[in-house]
Amino acid sequence: MRMSKLVRTGADLLYPFALIFGLYIILHGHLTPGGGFQGGAVVATGAAIVIVAWAYEDVAGMIRKATMKVQESAGLLLFIGAAALALGLGYAFFYNVLANSGSLFGLPVPFGANTGELNTAGVIPIMNIAVGIEVWGGLTIILLYLLSGLNKKEEGS
Amino acid sequence: MFWNLPFIAVVTLSLIGLATVVTKKNLIKIFLGINIFEAAVNLFLISLGYREGGIAPIFTSAPSTDMVMATPQALTLTSIVIGVATSALLLSFAVIIWKKYGTIDTDQIRRLRE
Amino acid sequence: MKRGLVLLTFVILAGGLLLIPALLDFGVPAFSDMDDYFLKNGQEQTAANNIVTAVVFDYRGFDTLGESVVLFTAVVGVGLMFRRMLKEEEYEDE
Repeated sequence: MRMSKLVRTGADLLYPFALIFGLYIILHGHLTPGGGFQGGAVVATGAAIVIVAWAYEDVAGMIRKATMKVQESAGLLLFIGAAALALGLGYAFFYNVLANSGSLFGLPVPFGANTGELNTAGVIPIMNIAVGIEVWGGLTIILLYLLSGLNKKEEGS
Repeated sequence: MFWNLPFIAVVTLSLIGLATVVTKKNLIKIFLGINIFEAAVNLFLISLGYREGGIAPIFTSAPSTDMVMATPQALTLTSIVIGVATSALLLSFAVIIWKKYGTIDTDQIRRLRE
Repeated sequence: MKRGLVLLTFVILAGGLLLIPALLDFGVPAFSDMDDYFLKNGQEQTAANNIVTAVVFDYRGFDTLGESVVLFTAVVGVGLMFRRMLKEEEYEDE
């Protein structure tokens, strides 16, 4: 069932802002309150606005189920890969190998209150991005399955 | 009596959620009662970690350094996500029951074998 | 008879729950040794400004791994329950 033109235009205008805000919360998870789960829920709310405003036949072409399935599985695999990175280098499982070293996210942090620096905190931003991708894909898939299960007419089961 | 206000709110929300699950007959209202009860448990878990005069445990532009406890907040994150998973499965149960029986009144969904 | 029994159980549960604000003080946690260690050494060992994220993803990473698997299993369960209804539409080229 399709909503009026005002609601559809409003939802189309609001979706990029929700996407940018959710990605900001995911990416700055080690500096400000937030992280992977909270940011993923915000982005999924933005996708839910678009799903509710348009009818299901129009939305199935825009946000496909196969894309979201691949996204969710890729998020979980990236999370396990980031945890097993330390296992391949000789340390224990889940050890933070990139913190306080010179590599990708490895700047040390001065003690006490300071203004934040994005390049710090080792494996934690990689895990944040992986969990954000997984939660976004998972919540959108749940919504799409519930809507498509409601819309199908019953054939005398 | 108001120095304990978070704990009184926990007890009130728990009793409201429990009363909704026990007395209502509509399936969606029972699921809402379960959701309210889970919210009460999350609030209890966070309010156990408070210290007098503390701020959030974040060092970016922090005004002082006595902070509240950080571990209950981490456990509450996990609990919220598990609540979301439970609610998703319960709601898909409700959709399938509506498709099969035509109603979601629990007085008329009585037979296990069709 | 049945309504009376339900009401009696409810009153007993409510009385038991009301012990929580009566016996706990708010603002004085009992055992906080582990959290004092996290607040003192967390910024130096994990190089993160947000101690809650450091606890969730670094000191207690196994719980987060289990929670991600629970979320994945819930999505698989929802997809499994709606499978029979979409059978005619999506699996006809098999």
